[in-house]
Amino acid sequence: MEAVNLKKDSLIIANKKFNSRLIVGTGKYKSMSECAKAIKLSGAEIVTVAVRRVNISDKNKPLLMDYIDPKKITYLPNTAGCFNSKEALRTLRLAREIGGWKLVKLEVLGDKKNLFPDMIETLKSTEVLAKEGFRVMVYCNDDPLMAKRLENSGADAIMPLAAPIGSGLGIQNKINIQIIRKQTKLPLIIDAGLGQASDATIAMELGCDGVLVNTAIARAKKPFEMALAFKNAVIAGRQSYKSGRIDKILMGNPSSPSKGII
Amino acid sequence: MKKIKKIKIKINGKIKSIIQDSNLSMVLKNLKIPLNKVAIELNEKIIDKKKINKIKLNKNDKIEIVHFIGGG
Repeated sequence: MEAVNLKKDSLIIANKKFNSRLIVGTGKYKSMSECAKAIKLSGAEIVTVAVRRVNISDKNKPLLMDYIDPKKITYLPNTAGCFNSKEALRTLRLAREIGGWKLVKLEVLGDKKNLFPDMIETLKSTEVLAKEGFRVMVYCNDDPLMAKRLENSGADAIMPLAAPIGSGLGIQNKINIQIIRKQTKLPLIIDAGLGQASDATIAMELGCDGVLVNTAIARAKKPFEMALAFKNAVIAGRQSYKSGRIDKILMGNPSSPSKGII
Repeated sequence: MKKIKKIKIKINGKIKSIIQDSNLSMVLKNLKIPLNKVAIELNEKIIDKKKINKIKLNKNDKIEIVHFIGGG
C-alpha cells in the first residue's frame, strides 16, 4: 500500500507551488518579532499583509520587511479595511507598485459590525483586477453561486469565510463549503473565523486546499504553541482527507471478529 | 538676500512646507523614505519610482506614501 506522500502534495496557486497549506496573517501580534517567530513555527510560506500610510513623523519605526523577508516568504497584499471596489483597486495597484506583487488577496467588506464581504463590489473588483494582470485570491461568503461567478470572472483562488472575521466560531456551514469544493477545481481556502487548530483540520477534511488564520494564532494565550498546533492540524486534516474516510452507518459494527468467542 | 519661497503640500494627510520648485525625489529623500519598500501616489495617481526626480511639486499637491504592515 502506498502511503500518502505529502511531499508531492503541493498547493498550487496561480502556477506557484507551495509546500505548506497554512497561510497566516501578520496582524494583531504584540510585536513584529513575535509575529516573525509565530510565522516561522507555523511553517507558512504565504503571509497576508496590509497596505497603509508610512509614518512620516517616526522614521525609526520598525518595518515589517525587516522582520519577514519577502524573498523567503510570499507576501500576499490584502485589501482589508476597504469598503468599496474603488478603495480596493487603489490599494492593490499601490501594493503592486511597492515591488511587483501580482498575487493579491481581495477583500471588500460590506458591514463594519459583522465584516461580511460585499459580494457585488468584490465581483466587480475581481473582473477589473484579472484584466489588469493581477492573480486574485478572493475573500467571499460561503455561497456556491457567488463562488462560481468569481471563478468565471478570473479569480485564482476562492476564499470563503468559516464565520465572521476574528470571531473564532469555526466553520458554520460545512454543506456550502462541500458544495463549493465539488464545483471548483480552483484552490479553495478557508479564510476567516477559525478559533482553534481542530477547525483547520475540519476545513481540510472537507476538501479545502488550505486555510488562512490570523486572530486564532496571534491572540491565543500562547501564540507560538498555537502556530505549531495549526501547522500540525492542517497536515493532519489533509492526510485524513487524502486517506478516504469510512462510510457513516447508524448502528454499531464490532471491531473484533464475532467468530470464536469463548 | 533673496528669500526662499515655500509652498504647502500634504503628505500622508499632514501639511508640510517645502521649498518651491522642489522635486518629489528631494522631498522623499528629506523624509528618509526607503524607496524599495514603498509606493507613492501624487494626487491619486501612482508614480513610477524611477521618475521621481523629474516630478516638480506644486502648491496643494497631495502625496501618499504607503508600505506593507501587519494585517490579516
